[in-house]
Amino acid sequence: MTASFLGEDYLEVRGLTVDFDGFKAISGVDVTFLQGRLHFLIGPNGAGKTTLVDALTGLVHGTGTAGFRGQDLLSMKSHKIVRLGVGRTFQTATVFEQLTVLQNLDIAAGLHRKAAGLLLSRRKVPESVEQALETIGLTALANRPAGILAHGQKQWLEVGMLLVQDAKVMFLDETVAGMSSEEREETGELLKRIVGDRTIVVIEHDMEFMRRYADFVTVMHGGKVLAEGTVAEVQADTKVQEVYLGTVTEVAADA
Amino acid sequence: MTTTIDTTEASDTVEATPPVGTTAGRFSPAYLFKTYGGLVGIALVAIVLLVWAPNSLTAFRLGNLGKYCAWAIAAVGIGLAWGRGGMLVMGQGVFFGLGGYAMAMHMKLEAAGPGKVPDFMVLYGDATMPSWWEPFRSGAFTIFAIFAIPALISFILGYAILKRRVKGAYFAILTQALAVAFATLLVATIKQTGGFNGLNTFTTVFGQNMYDPDVKKNLYMVAAAMLIVCLLISWQLYRSRYGELLVATRDAEERIRFLGYDPANIKLVAFVIAAVMASLGGALFAPLAGIISPSNVDATASIMLLAGVALGGRASLFGAALGAIAVGYGQSTLSEQFPTQWTYFQGALFIVVMLFLPGGIASLWRKVSAALPKRSPKEATVDVTVPTQTEAVA
Repeated sequence: MTASFLGEDYLEVRGLTVDFDGFKAISGVDVTFLQGRLHFLIGPNGAGKTTLVDALTGLVHGTGTAGFRGQDLLSMKSHKIVRLGVGRTFQTATVFEQLTVLQNLDIAAGLHRKAAGLLLSRRKVPESVEQALETIGLTALANRPAGILAHGQKQWLEVGMLLVQDAKVMFLDETVAGMSSEEREETGELLKRIVGDRTIVVIEHDMEFMRRYADFVTVMHGGKVLAEGTVAEVQADTKVQEVYLGTVTEVAADA
Repeated sequence: MTTTIDTTEASDTVEATPPVGTTAGRFSPAYLFKTYGGLVGIALVAIVLLVWAPNSLTAFRLGNLGKYCAWAIAAVGIGLAWGRGGMLVMGQGVFFGLGGYAMAMHMKLEAAGPGKVPDFMVLYGDATMPSWWEPFRSGAFTIFAIFAIPALISFILGYAILKRRVKGAYFAILTQALAVAFATLLVATIKQTGGFNGLNTFTTVFGQNMYDPDVKKNLYMVAAAMLIVCLLISWQLYRSRYGELLVATRDAEERIRFLGYDPANIKLVAFVIAAVMASLGGALFAPLAGIISPSNVDATASIMLLAGVALGGRASLFGAALGAIAVGYGQSTLSEQFPTQWTYFQGALFIVVMLFLPGGIASLWRKVSAALPKRSPKEATVDVTVPTQTEAVA
């Protein structure tokens, strides 16, 4: 682990356990998400990756601690967590299909607005929204209903919504799943562009994508952290190779 | 992950924003129509209700139209809560009744005279008046109560219901049960509220003789003007950021949570506004109808309020109001001419509308225009219909 990455806004998870009526989807996970890097969360199906994110965003109840900016995320409601600066996307893109791309972004940008301002209509496009449109490359489609967007574009719109929310920690749940290879590349470049001082956590199955863009990797298996480190370190780990059987060893071999 | 986007077929023309980057778009006819078309529509309704109707209709018809306007005011609120907010409010009769009874109590006390007790309390009780009637002697307090009481009650109820994430059919049943309980309570308290007979035989309203034709006409004008005001409030709410947020909450409540909003708060605002509008409608209904009774506020009455909204188009600004007026008109005027057939016709109309136009009659235009060939290829790409899932009731 390189200490130079250590910033102020890190998210520190300690002893996180999620218990579904006796079944421990996650047990005693310790992981620290640092500022300024693309942190990949990988692992086979059922490893607990999405459950981890669900617990950190208030969707499921977890025990342990998840400290961010002096607060424990595990004791907070979803919308408060978002207001603290922790945002997420979902495996299936969930944009508001009947609203335009612009309106989607505007709603996402609204959490910092005063309640009284909500009663007015939008006079002009907010700067943050315009910038986000530019960043995610959807300026030309701003006034189209989000429902007509292609799968990849919807995922970018979700990333854009996190940008205008000014989320300091972004959890991206299988964002590139189902994308073409060009779209994956564009997504990877997009993430590299926006990471800045943010913490971006990417849940991913695509090893090629991980290898190209990950600054740091946490491998989960059976609800526990199996290994952590850079791409090379993780790929060299024998435990990881065992879990992935052929998959990672192959990747590791040609890496 | 259970987040689903439940797009309804209800026509929610969320108002457009000027196209990004260009300022020219702000003055394009399409943008102007989308932005201010609603105002033109409201102006047309205002001309019909405030200019044409008083000069063309008989006093009797005008009084009836006033009653429909009172229902339409409640309907505008239902359009907001149900059409835009996705809350199937099946108990708006409760709030209609709160306003109606508050107004009726004031008029009963006016009729009784200073220091005296309303006639029915002498008839059914021991000629003593419950202390909570006393403040309604004041006209100012009554007007305050017409707005404050439903606001307070709907806030408490809404907070309890919505924070517990009660929605869909459960929300509908709960509100419906409230209407049943409210009507039952009224019937059971004949000494305090007039029971099954309700409150009637008023003589004056705020000191004005109710048998004076000019006063009757003014009562109508107030109701029509209030409807216009409610339409204007709705128009602004629909085009505001709050309006967009409400539609977004309706379509994907869980998603809204992850944008940093508490959906319960967003829905609560719509629920309270709808309750206040229903109360205002009730308060205008009582003097126009000359009576308010449990049958005006019970479950059946609540469903009739809803029926007009469903028929007209719940998510459309005018659909709700015009639908309520149409149902009111059908009930009284058409049923005079076709006393036996009317109920069947009304039932059939609802079945046809629900089957073929789940978005209400207001969605007819959209359906027709979607079926027509597009004028230019540019327009065709803009008017892409978003694939919609099947109709969700709530």
